[in-house]
Amino acid sequence: MTDGWVMVIGLEVHCELKTTTKLFCGCPNMFGNEPNTNVCPVCLGLPGSLPVLNQKAVELAMAIGTALNCDIRPSTFHRKNYFYPDQAKDYQISQYDEPINVDGWLELPDGFRVGIERAHMEEDTGKTTHVGATGRIHGADYSLVDYNRSGVPLVEIVSDPDLRTSAQARAYVTELRSVLVATGASDGKMEEGSMRVDANVSVRRSADDPFGTRCEIKNLNSVRSVGRAIDYEAGRQIALIESGDRVMQQTRHWDEDAGRTVTLRSKEDAYDYRYFLEPDLVPLVPDADWKAAVADALGMMPAQRRARLADLLSDAGSVTDARTEQVATVVDLGLDDLVVEAIAGGIPTALALARTANEAATDPEAARQLDTGSYVALLSMEAAGTLSATQAKTVLAELLAAGGGDPSAIAREKGFEAMSDNSLSATVAQAIEGNPDEWARYCAGEDKLAQVFIGQVMKSTRGQANGKAVVTELQRLRG
Amino acid sequence: MTPPRSALDLAAAIRNGEASAVEVLDDYLAVIDAHDGEIHAFNLVTRDAARAQATAIDQRVASGEHPGLLAGVPVALKDNLCTRGVPTTCSSRILDGWRPPYDATVVTRLREAGAVMVGKTNMDEFAMGSSTESSAFGPTRNPHDTSRVPGGSSGGSAAAVAAGFAPVALGSDTGGSIRQPAALCGVVGMKPTYGTVSRYGLVAFASSLDQIGPLTTTVADAALVFDVIGGHDPADSTSLDRPAPRVLSVLDEGIQGMTVGVLTEFLEDADADVVARTRQAAEACAAAGARVEEISVPEVRLGLSAYYLIAPAEASSNLARYDGVRFGLRVDAEDTTAMNTATRSVGFGAEVKRRIMLGTYALSAGYMDAYYGQALRVRTKIIEGFARAYRRCDVLLGPTTPSTAFSIGAKVGDPMTMYLSDVCTIPTNLAGHPAISIPFGSGDDGLPVGVQLLAPALAENTLLRAAAVIEAAAASMGGSRS
Amino acid sequence: MDTPRLTRDDVAHVAGLARLHLTDEELDLFTGQLAVVLDHAADVALLDLADVPPTAHAMAVTNVLRPDTPGLTVDRAEVLAAAPSVEDHRFRVPRILGEAP
Ligand SMILES: [Mg+2]
Ligand SMILES: [Zn+2]
Repeated sequence: MTDGWVMVIGLEVHCELKTTTKLFCGCPNMFGNEPNTNVCPVCLGLPGSLPVLNQKAVELAMAIGTALNCDIRPSTFHRKNYFYPDQAKDYQISQYDEPINVDGWLELPDGFRVGIERAHMEEDTGKTTHVGATGRIHGADYSLVDYNRSGVPLVEIVSDPDLRTSAQARAYVTELRSVLVATGASDGKMEEGSMRVDANVSVRRSADDPFGTRCEIKNLNSVRSVGRAIDYEAGRQIALIESGDRVMQQTRHWDEDAGRTVTLRSKEDAYDYRYFLEPDLVPLVPDADWKAAVADALGMMPAQRRARLADLLSDAGSVTDARTEQVATVVDLGLDDLVVEAIAGGIPTALALARTANEAATDPEAARQLDTGSYVALLSMEAAGTLSATQAKTVLAELLAAGGGDPSAIAREKGFEAMSDNSLSATVAQAIEGNPDEWARYCAGEDKLAQVFIGQVMKSTRGQANGKAVVTELQRLRG
Repeated sequence: MTPPRSALDLAAAIRNGEASAVEVLDDYLAVIDAHDGEIHAFNLVTRDAARAQATAIDQRVASGEHPGLLAGVPVALKDNLCTRGVPTTCSSRILDGWRPPYDATVVTRLREAGAVMVGKTNMDEFAMGSSTESSAFGPTRNPHDTSRVPGGSSGGSAAAVAAGFAPVALGSDTGGSIRQPAALCGVVGMKPTYGTVSRYGLVAFASSLDQIGPLTTTVADAALVFDVIGGHDPADSTSLDRPAPRVLSVLDEGIQGMTVGVLTEFLEDADADVVARTRQAAEACAAAGARVEEISVPEVRLGLSAYYLIAPAEASSNLARYDGVRFGLRVDAEDTTAMNTATRSVGFGAEVKRRIMLGTYALSAGYMDAYYGQALRVRTKIIEGFARAYRRCDVLLGPTTPSTAFSIGAKVGDPMTMYLSDVCTIPTNLAGHPAISIPFGSGDDGLPVGVQLLAPALAENTLLRAAAVIEAAAASMGGSRS
Repeated sequence: MDTPRLTRDDVAHVAGLARLHLTDEELDLFTGQLAVVLDHAADVALLDLADVPPTAHAMAVTNVLRPDTPGLTVDRAEVLAAAPSVEDHRFRVPRILGEAP
């Protein structure tokens, strides 16, 4: 950031809700189907069709509101009128001046609280493919529209302009994503478009100055592009002001490849959306019982889950920066339950955390499905020295691929268990035979020579032996 | 014209084997063939599908099944009701040839009740009009005098029933579009309480006002059809979740002890002959044991202005989807914006364009509060005014239209004058209340006069009991149909 | 509330918003006709109704919801058969001038 300048950032995040059907019709809410197969008169905007609100979508929106500490309010739907070919009715049904969730906040891992202005429900559009040399809208010869996504439920989460750095904005998106996944509302897949971010960015010379003129940046499809786009845009605005120009209120598009923002339209061409109350829908008035039921069904949020693991770490007296990082990783990936259950099953805290954050995390989807019983059994074998770290990792990969199983059976199949008993003794004995001098010196008390034998055993077992077990055997033979 | 047979009588005769549905259908088709060339009540006659339905009904009767309350009754459908695989045009070029992939809920219910769908009737384009002259396919003529309009927008449906093309037709009523043509064509036309008949599959004009209802030759038939098409539909969020109506069974209970209020504002707007018929209808109510008094609801005077802001505002949004992308007409152009514009400019007629622009203006930045917002407040005032009247009265009585049928072309160049012909019907739509037009004698020109009864929300029972009394009085007067 | 008289420019502007092309003659005709209607509506615009709540729905109903269970979809061939132009099972439209708002 250029010296002295302060950024002001507010984010609007569109989150697709994980329902079975769309917001106003019974069509499947599914990504990746054949074009125009998940469609009906309602989501195609055919004459005579009418919307009916999906209860599950409302409950997920309420869950998001609860998780973001919002007031859940009586709400209404409006029509936002604009012509665009991916908008089947040529208006979007969206909550306008009476959104379901208002006035909340999200706490970032460092304790900073970001205000949430609102989190409202609306419907998604269809998807347009541009045909022509570039595959982009500009210079396309024509376009093709698929309405499978038309009417998919969205919640749009609008933050207050509380963020001051791109790093903070990235932290906000990351934390919000975890919260949305934790509520069950979202799969958090930014790359598939199930979370889309717009950023409002302005700059000012000092934190005491009033807000500057802001630009809205669209098309931020990853946490990384959120950070890059904000930094680019703030730099552009500062350069403008420093060269004596002024910032025009604009909507700008983030070009990921070029690494810059480009003008979409200026305030003067602002749309006149002619909002009015959607006459085909009725008000939504959640009562206290309904709100309580949604709140009760809500699991722990990431902040609480990080605190739970941090407590376990400090109980074990093993807090380090690296482990705090691992805590963030497992919570972010929704793998913290695995860690907690492993610790409850007697696995040392550091081991449970490390295996989960490093190995299980390589396939979080599979890890979330993993049977905790087999996971705990596997880590017990490693903790007891029955399996080496390398072997344990191999068995874990197998468990993840198969979605579970018996770790000792897998170890046996791999030939790992042979290492634990007689065959390990035999291999160690072989190593001693081949290195009589070193063995004599080891017996005389040169403990570090254990490494020689470990090395030999590892070589002859192609890394399958457990180092700790080798040392135990050496000590037994030394007597 | 053949003497009208009631749907009740026809269905009974078909059910007990005295008549065959196919023969009944053929009788009506013969009348259509003889006269619809002149009247132009239909955009489409679905002859073959109708014969297949009628044949199926006869087979069900033969096999001892109960074929339904409307067994074998030919029904004409306004061409803004979606019919699966059958063109549904709203009398607009923009939908010419479009075949919906689904049936409107009312169509499904008619079918389940054994009705035989004979065709799709002409209408003002997208139901915007009071004369059926804004149809892209040419006007419908009034069967009582073919130089006159049948009223509108359900002019084709009203003319079809009046001409004996079908004993029953469905229309839609946003500001009087069932009652006004019923009055001008001398048939019964009913607008039910908003939310009692599903709008699913009715091509929207103004969603918060639109309601489907019957046009029939008798009050009992209107009750019968309402009983069949009414009732909750989960596909329409504004459909009221209450038991299906059962109005037919209470029709004969009379109006002894009821209070009938004659709405003075409506009288002030009407021609002398129409006022005279209305007063006669009031006398008939008194003779049947009701207390009759004059009552003023000054708020209804604001109805017309409020309506011509609210309805176009909703319409401007409802009609955005006719953009040339997914169905219907497309006029090709360089880019999508130009294609949308060319398609809509060619596809929509002048009246539709006028209302789209009026509604767009009423909603646009800067005018929203002064026009649309204000109109919604007026709507509250009108509901309050009616509530006051219904504390004293069970039903209200007035003319349906200020005058009898006007000549084709007389008001086309002057939209405001055309709009004024809805002045007596519009307030009920704004309030969401039920109302019915009953033929009651004729005017000085010999053309039919309709009187209108209004009732509070969900008081269809009261409404139709009073309507039956007025119908009986009209019959005993003689010459109720010219 | 005071409402200004409708101008030709106003009509041209809303025609653009509504994606309608009007000829000069139509513009003149519609401006006159719509001004008459709006003048009639001025009685409504001028009323003092600040204390009156608006009514958007005549029948007060709330919380109409449907369960999150699949309904019928329409066969793609039937849907696309109604379309003016189709390619690759999608609705084909000419060049689009700008990004969605
Ligand atoms: Mg949005
Ligand atoms: Zn759908």
